[in-house]
Amino acid sequence: MKNEEFDVCIVGSGAGGGMMAHELTKAGASVVMLEAGGDWDAVRDGAMLTNNYESPRRGKSTPDRPFGEFDACIGGWKLDGEPYTTAEGTTWDWWRARMVGGRTHHWGRISLRFGPDDFKRKTIDGKGDDWPIGYDDLKPWYDRLDRMVGIFGEANGVYNEPDGIFMPPPEPRCYEKMLARGAERAGVPVIPSRLSILTRPLGDRPACHYCGQCNRGCSTRSNFSSQSVLLPPAFATGNLTLITHAMAREVLTGDDGRATGVSYVDTTTRQEYQVRARIVVLAASACESARLMLNSKSTRHPNGIGNSSDIVGRYLTDSTGADAMGYFPQLVDMPNHNDDGVGGMHIYIPWWREKDRSLPFSRGYHIEVWGGRSMPGYGFGGGIHRTNGKLEGGDRSRGGGGYGAQLKDDYRRLWGTFVGMSGRGEMIARRENYCEIDPDVVDQYGIPVLKFNVTWSDEELLQMKHFHETAREIIHAAGGESVWDMPTAGDDWGITRPGQIIHEVGTVRMGSDSRTSVLNANCQSHEVDNLFVADAAPFVSQAHKNPTWTIMALAMRTANHIATEVKKRNLT
Amino acid sequence: MSMDRRESLKLMALASVALAVPGCARSDVEHAALHAADRVARQLPDVDRAPTTLTPAEYRTVEVLVDWIIPADDRSGSATDAGVPAFIDFMLEDAPDLAVPVRGGLGWLNAETTRRTGVLFADAATADQQALLDEIAWPEVAAPEMEPGVRFFTLMRDLTASGFFSSKIGFEDLGYLGNRPQGGWDGCPPEAHEHLGLDTP
Repeated sequence: MKNEEFDVCIVGSGAGGGMMAHELTKAGASVVMLEAGGDWDAVRDGAMLTNNYESPRRGKSTPDRPFGEFDACIGGWKLDGEPYTTAEGTTWDWWRARMVGGRTHHWGRISLRFGPDDFKRKTIDGKGDDWPIGYDDLKPWYDRLDRMVGIFGEANGVYNEPDGIFMPPPEPRCYEKMLARGAERAGVPVIPSRLSILTRPLGDRPACHYCGQCNRGCSTRSNFSSQSVLLPPAFATGNLTLITHAMAREVLTGDDGRATGVSYVDTTTRQEYQVRARIVVLAASACESARLMLNSKSTRHPNGIGNSSDIVGRYLTDSTGADAMGYFPQLVDMPNHNDDGVGGMHIYIPWWREKDRSLPFSRGYHIEVWGGRSMPGYGFGGGIHRTNGKLEGGDRSRGGGGYGAQLKDDYRRLWGTFVGMSGRGEMIARRENYCEIDPDVVDQYGIPVLKFNVTWSDEELLQMKHFHETAREIIHAAGGESVWDMPTAGDDWGITRPGQIIHEVGTVRMGSDSRTSVLNANCQSHEVDNLFVADAAPFVSQAHKNPTWTIMALAMRTANHIATEVKKRNLT
Repeated sequence: MSMDRRESLKLMALASVALAVPGCARSDVEHAALHAADRVARQLPDVDRAPTTLTPAEYRTVEVLVDWIIPADDRSGSATDAGVPAFIDFMLEDAPDLAVPVRGGLGWLNAETTRRTGVLFADAATADQQALLDEIAWPEVAAPEMEPGVRFFTLMRDLTASGFFSSKIGFEDLGYLGNRPQGGWDGCPPEAHEHLGLDTP
């Protein structure tokens, strides 16, 4: 392999990289894929159907599995030997996966199309920028994606929430029906969720068996991950070479400034390698791709490859986030039943005030729903003293808490009586929110690390205030009571820290003007014609929608462009 | 392989016998289930491990205390029957930030019992143990000077519930019906639907 030149080198094996490999190998290109983490296979390595009592840890988190020991995703907020820094007075939480398939092992499989308005926000409200493409440019690729990967949902015709090509959605769970009733009373519409989980067989993948454990990695490949859905067909072409434990160091360039390949360090042996390729595609995640570009300095690219505009790293956003939870007395003493369902919510609250210009913030949010009689594990019944004093029956004269037979029964009665909502909203992309190379810090491989400088504005804070108010209205209208106090301006309306929702997008943005953008409308560098970006870095704006479906549709479109241009010999 | 693990394998195999997942050979899910259990058997720490964190005296105090919190009743066994002391011992090692509040709290409990009765908590008369617990088990009415005890007892209540209900005995106590492959999804069953009054506008 030492002297082999590949047609394409893809950095990263997640949603964008996986889709690129899928499309380009099928088009006949020889592809080498670099993945910083190790091999992982849901069928071989997943912990689906494991009972929590099979481990003394009972499902609690571990250092490399912060979402629980059985969670599929290896990685976390902190990785040994791979630090990052933040500017004074700011915070950034950065989730990085280190495994084949990347963060597609982590997400909730909420698969939403951006709507027509999401590509032209500046035209609508004057803030941020418009995309150089519109919904019509992506629609055929969303359609193909729906058919290829599989998604359930319902055509609801909600404004700016384009319908897809859906498999039937699962019926709502009991508590979801109850909450939906409350939302309707509060004037908030509820629709079936849209998740990339099969409710009908697709190709060689069977339908979901409703064990509710998508996050553990599906051993029947009934849900989507890049590893289980995109990479197997790519390997089957014989055109894909995957190199694991390969941490990309920089994009290599020739005297003419064009990309010639990628250098990487083998994280197991610390040996340095180079792969040569005619085309380089970065899909390492928005921030890792920006870091790689900034670290790829040469005479022709003194500010990092393709970065004459000084835009690389800028316009970084994450989704806003906040949580609310209610206690619902009518869920006490429920007839026992299995409410596992698919591994995620069955109902969804899309942004319902898209055309309302009277709000004190510009961009929308959606609401996700959670709760239920989930598998008992570490943390079961925690904080019961705050609730069991409200139960009817028994001696409640001393309030909540207690011990003994009554307490034991309280745990049974309260199991599954809490239902929560999470608000996830659009942050406006601003030039002053960015990541850059920290001049003073390198990781254990000697690669300079990122320094983040991101803050919320009132736009985001007031949006989450609105979520908290709405969530409390819904809880009340559904017959529950809010468990947590309404946050205040003093605690930033309970908004998550930037980065925590793991939807970072926008560091290598597209645009038609090479002075204010890094990539053209085909996700191709304005300056280096054989360099492309295929993760969420090209996004011009965030939308409140989870980015994965758009990452993949966009990657598919970019791959098609590459294949077409190579055939036409416009790209060599 | 522990008894629990063999049991779970059997359960999963049984569950899949009744399975009719569309487009899925029965053996697919069965294979996946058995495979997952096998992986767990190979990788997870032993459920039946001997205590390594708590001293024998601390362990004895925990045994007495957790059975006050979750005693046996007509539906299931007690916290010690479900292995909660071993669970807590493991957790102190796995989550070191728990070690100080738990061990410190056990010290407080023994000091307070000794001050009142001259013996350690585990050796005190049942009535004396109960009298002290009554002063720390209900945070809303507890005296301010009992705050350290209240905080400790709240932590132990949470840990005991975690350990008990996440055990096999706890799963059975709750009648947990999930974590098994199902041939389809029917939504909310009629009796639960009725309980919630969802048919009433």
